[in-house]
Amino acid sequence: MDLTLLADAPTTAERAAVDAVVGSAPGTGPGSPTDPADGTGAADEGRRDLLLPAFHAVMDAVGWISRGALSYVCETLHVPPAEAYGVATFYALFSVTPRAPRIAHVCDDVGCAAFGGEDLCAAMEERLGPEGSGEEVTWTRSPCLGLCERAPAVFLQTTHGHGQIAPADADAVTHALDGEDVAGPDPVVSTPQAGSPDLELLSRVGVVDPGDLDSYRAAGGYAGLRRALAVGPARVVDEITVASLTGRGGAAFPTGTKWSAVAGSPDPVKYLVCNADESEPGTFKDRVLMEADPFALVEAMTVAGIAVGARLGYLYVRGEYPAAEAALLRAISEARRHGYLGDDVMGSGRVFDLEVRRGAGAYICGEETALMNSLEGRRGEPRAKPPFPTVSGLFGKPTVINNVETLVNVLRIVEQGGPAFASVGSGRSTGTKLFCLSGVVARPGVYEVPMGTTLRELLELAGGVPVGLKAILLGGAAGSFVTPDQLDVPLTLEGTREIGATLGSGVVLCFDESTDFAAVLRRIAGFFRDESCGQCVPCRVGTVRQEEALARIERGREIGGRTVELQLLDDVDRVMTDASICGLGQTAASAVRSALSLGLIGSGGGARRNGDHP
Amino acid sequence: MFGAGGGTSAYQEVEDTDLVLLWGSNARETHPIYFHHVLQGLRKGAQLYVVDPRRTTTARWARGHLPLDVGTDIALAHAMGRVILDAGLENRAFIERATTGFDEYVRAVEPWTLERAQQVTGVDAGLIRETALAYARADRAQLCWTLGITEHHNAVDNVRALIDLALLTGHVGRWGSGLVPLRGQNNVQGGGDMGAIPNKLPGGYDVADDEHRGRFERAWGSTVPAVKGLHLSQMFEAMERREVRAVYVVGENPAESEADVAHARALLTGLDHLVVQDIFRTATAELADVVLPSCADWCEYEGTVTSSERRVQRVRKALDPPGEARPDTWILHEMARRLGHDWGQPSAEEVWDELRSLSLDWHAGMSYARLEAEGGLQWPCPGLDHPGTPTMHTRLWERDPALRGAPAPFAPVEHAGPLDELSAEFPLRLTTVRRLDSYNSGVQTGGYASPLRRDEALCVDPADAEALGIRDGERVRMVSRRGAVEAPVRFDPAARPGLAFITPHFSEQVDVNLITNEAWDPQSGTSEFKATAIRIEKLDVGSRTAAAETRVPVAGS
Amino acid sequence: MTTVDLGTIRRLVSVTVDDVEHRVPEGATIMDVLDSAGADTPRLCQAPNLTPVNACRVCVVEVEGSRPLVPSCARRVEDGMVVRTDTDRVAHSRRMVLELLGSANDMSQAGDDVARWSIEYGADPERYGPVGPPAAAGERGNRHAGHHSAPDGETRATVAQPVTVDNDLYVRDYARCILCYKCVEACGTDAQNTFAIAVAGRGFDATISTEFAVPLPDSACVYCGNCIGVCPTGALKSVAEHERREAGVWDPEGETVTSTICSFCGVGCTLELHVQDNTIVNVTSPHDHSVTHGHLCIKGRFGFQHVQNVAPPRDR
Repeated sequence: MDLTLLADAPTTAERAAVDAVVGSAPGTGPGSPTDPADGTGAADEGRRDLLLPAFHAVMDAVGWISRGALSYVCETLHVPPAEAYGVATFYALFSVTPRAPRIAHVCDDVGCAAFGGEDLCAAMEERLGPEGSGEEVTWTRSPCLGLCERAPAVFLQTTHGHGQIAPADADAVTHALDGEDVAGPDPVVSTPQAGSPDLELLSRVGVVDPGDLDSYRAAGGYAGLRRALAVGPARVVDEITVASLTGRGGAAFPTGTKWSAVAGSPDPVKYLVCNADESEPGTFKDRVLMEADPFALVEAMTVAGIAVGARLGYLYVRGEYPAAEAALLRAISEARRHGYLGDDVMGSGRVFDLEVRRGAGAYICGEETALMNSLEGRRGEPRAKPPFPTVSGLFGKPTVINNVETLVNVLRIVEQGGPAFASVGSGRSTGTKLFCLSGVVARPGVYEVPMGTTLRELLELAGGVPVGLKAILLGGAAGSFVTPDQLDVPLTLEGTREIGATLGSGVVLCFDESTDFAAVLRRIAGFFRDESCGQCVPCRVGTVRQEEALARIERGREIGGRTVELQLLDDVDRVMTDASICGLGQTAASAVRSALSLGLIGSGGGARRNGDHP
Repeated sequence: MFGAGGGTSAYQEVEDTDLVLLWGSNARETHPIYFHHVLQGLRKGAQLYVVDPRRTTTARWARGHLPLDVGTDIALAHAMGRVILDAGLENRAFIERATTGFDEYVRAVEPWTLERAQQVTGVDAGLIRETALAYARADRAQLCWTLGITEHHNAVDNVRALIDLALLTGHVGRWGSGLVPLRGQNNVQGGGDMGAIPNKLPGGYDVADDEHRGRFERAWGSTVPAVKGLHLSQMFEAMERREVRAVYVVGENPAESEADVAHARALLTGLDHLVVQDIFRTATAELADVVLPSCADWCEYEGTVTSSERRVQRVRKALDPPGEARPDTWILHEMARRLGHDWGQPSAEEVWDELRSLSLDWHAGMSYARLEAEGGLQWPCPGLDHPGTPTMHTRLWERDPALRGAPAPFAPVEHAGPLDELSAEFPLRLTTVRRLDSYNSGVQTGGYASPLRRDEALCVDPADAEALGIRDGERVRMVSRRGAVEAPVRFDPAARPGLAFITPHFSEQVDVNLITNEAWDPQSGTSEFKATAIRIEKLDVGSRTAAAETRVPVAGS
Repeated sequence: MTTVDLGTIRRLVSVTVDDVEHRVPEGATIMDVLDSAGADTPRLCQAPNLTPVNACRVCVVEVEGSRPLVPSCARRVEDGMVVRTDTDRVAHSRRMVLELLGSANDMSQAGDDVARWSIEYGADPERYGPVGPPAAAGERGNRHAGHHSAPDGETRATVAQPVTVDNDLYVRDYARCILCYKCVEACGTDAQNTFAIAVAGRGFDATISTEFAVPLPDSACVYCGNCIGVCPTGALKSVAEHERREAGVWDPEGETVTSTICSFCGVGCTLELHVQDNTIVNVTSPHDHSVTHGHLCIKGRFGFQHVQNVAPPRDR
């Protein structure tokens, strides 16, 4: 194609960073993507899919993406610069303006704000000045970092590496920014049940050494893949279908249906994608699995890939999860070295390999089609469905995309059989489920319980129903609030739906009576306003109007009174829910709606001022 | 071709093809909307190969770019033909059924081994082979060309060599397979179709054909010469011999657009009488005894034009013409009246209907009403119930010899390099090119404010310039066997060592046709604009003012 | 009972719209069916010569079996599909899309259809509070994804900003931009394949931008103007139109539109000359013509100065 580039040249460091990415890319690996449907024309075998890795490399090397760096990336990968710029500016972890090369992202989201997050922001401002102001070192507010069980959380993005601190204090953050090594989070802290014999998904968490293949094998690792290879792909797909495994990322779609569709497609090229872009506020279960038991995910993906006929799988890991990414890269490298991945998996003659791709700060990329666009080097904008990914997914090929927890369940299903799995729980809700408990609970962390366990029983495991419990955000920011009188709801798809709630991604975020719910709602509204991709009108403008209306209600400055504002919110809610392209917009009003209907901000100052602003 | 002067394919076909071979065409810039169709074809999986001395924006979309030396097209085409024959990929059934002269063709390409072709054309032998095999193996292939093929002293031979490739592989006469000459001007096709060719009557009939000529003579009530007239280059030769003493120029600007333009200007100036009918006061008009201001017919009057896919379409009046400007047909009829022949003042539609009554094969079915309703029609369209003809020469695939008609002849043409040969004295090849936002001599495009426009410059490869100690932007003198002009130098990645290029768009800045070669193709009359041998000289400071004085006022400025 | 003529032979499928059955060729969109049935379906991001992006959501309908509403412009019909356009949910979403756009954008040049739909569906953009201050030039393009200043709700956020004039041929008035993606598609794979502009930024702060928001003359832009040709709101327009509007002499009632053929290369593109006061003010091309599909090049769209019987904008 006839690219026109800016005249700016890259620096030596920028050039080296980009070259390293392109040079190390497995361009000829099994099923490696060339993209004839891209804007590059059939003749141009550009590597647009390396756009995010190239930008990450530049960010990691120099801290921002200059004109020269972007031009060089475009020249190397054959991507039009305007489109590359559109991609770079879509992701929060990228900057196209000079920025301090060492930056602390401080979580002020619903799981952290009231639990030290806001205090930490104030402390950081005192030390480093306003957000984003420093030249060498700075800090910025961040949406949920997936470390809610140890609030407040900080993610460090620096040119000498990435890291996580939780719980964080200003001293630790400052020292880390100055280059001191930071001890990674200890996953055992996050799983109070660790070592319990009742665990399935978490059975190895805190038990095995996540960096050691032998340790994994000693704990039963790779028995699942061995069995899967023995029984063959068709049987594996069948077992998954019989198990009635549903997606654990929030949408609860039947996994067997996806797998059957892709396995049965005549297209010779298929892909498997693991959605490890866990970003639903309050969610951290996938992070714990990846950090503490990475081989399990690698093995599960190998089983899945071979079952559906994919030769290449992509693992899209949240950019704010450096420890999980490192653990996975190490596990993949070990698995490859020992023949568990590659051209001859476990001597079976079957081909399967994995590539890890890092997200870059976009909640929307947890949406499956947005994630695929991101993998292809595009803005993380959801696609219209149909066609569904099983028909036209990654690079336009039939694709299975599953969440981390969903995939890890696969191992147990192939080992024990679908019926055994289906015997746990009821209805469509089979197997065990991970829940992320945080907020005002005694022992926050990831808990594994059989589907059908009640919310009260779950809270008991974590130290009992919290004193003064006022409401629980169930399912995440895209979920809804439930109140103490609803604690006996069975945690199943059906049970939660009956009370107008959702399991979502397994978030159980507890608030007590001291909570400023108006602030919580405003944070949720602000979150959706920040994370809307902007593609469709209902979500792009609706999230703005929702936040503005909540701000007026919170400040008692309603236009036309509370009733009028509630009508306005309801109108915005309905159009977002009915007419948005994807799940983000369709659920962006969910928590707000439930809080308003539960009266969580019903007695605020606004009501008393009704009529002040006709 | 094969008896009809038009491309064989509809534009749409390039979207439904497997291979596109663009030869001597920078369609991305010179035919942008045709290239949109090419891009849709690429998106649907077609492969693009581009033959062009320069690395053009078109070439940058190609799977293969064949950067041949200027004027070696026949050598390249013949080498491809030999590769195809050697691989046994010629379309035997088609050749036997629908062509003549195959054996002569085989003999003509025999000497063109890949080694020799690489030596003559400068194109990598492997790339020639790849392109030839891709073209021959494609289920459907479109071969398109433009001025890179026709602005040579042997233009017609060049075209024939390309047609030979299509005949060899059977890539003609099927949807998606065909030959597409992309016309440089909006009605160059229509002008020819209407008889503005020395040997043709309207509708493509030969003047020597008594039956058809007789029909025209009866309709017009006068005698039409049965002999071929003069084409433009021959007219200038006749002026040189003082056989032509009066010239009536309609909508042409030879005082700027002719090769070796100083010579052309001298001849025009020496005429007894020069009439210029134009929408501009062109450089040619400046030399005229009488100037007849005409309408811009495309927006100030009514009529038709014909595109590169033989589509006849209506032009219509949107604006009132300025001053005393009159439609061309009005002027011609008024001229006739004053010469004693009162033809009245027929409307554009009446003129067209007369054409339809005589152009029985091509235009008879194209009423104004149909042209309006159907977005134009593609000839041949012999009757009101005929849908027009998107793809021509499908007859060649008929099994029945009667339906198949006359076979298509191979033309065993010979390679002949540019007449303006490179030498120690003139070591650099200069070729003329066109830019996206400008058009020919610039009289129509000079007036609008294109943000893309840059001052004219001699575009060279940095290596050539540095060998002469010339900096980017430095003003130099370029000298050919015919003259010299000054221009600033610009380093351009589309050039390559030994090849420089410049446009004809800004003669007021760089009057490049002062140095181009007027040597012309005896068959088409086209001059060798694409191949000039030059040298570049550094300027001393004193000569810059002299350059400024060579500027000629230009119409439209 | 109606049929949609798509020009090629396809299997017919049965679709029910508001209880009326239609037999239509497979591959047709729901909008094709609605159009052939004579329904007045609102649309903004849809264009017949562009791939549907279904971003605006103003054309949504209910489809049985789908919880969210479905964009009629993009969804292809399936046999047995049951569609409803006459429900409260459809009317509400259409109204709200028009209302939300009206609350954030200047829709005053979006044409008569949009004005009519806004009234018919009852859009009330003013209920979101007074308009907030406009952004300074370039400010919106510099916002960082994932960060915004928390609003106090006293005013409503809009995309208001100054008009960008950085070349002699067209202006970009992004206060009118509804992010319909049409210009990006026309500049990209649907027509021109130049990719000079793309969507940059995220969410409400997303903009149409060149790389690093450089002026068009520094970008890949080749001034085909196909972006202008598809812009539904007047965000992109010719300098000629912009200047006439600014000067208060824009005269759409007095405009004539005449089809003719471009006077430049031999491709033969149909031009529609928009003439006011014997002066060409815009050039378009019909989207349904097989040669252009509505798209032109710089010469066809802007190279008419030589027949303007007025002084050229600048001396060569």
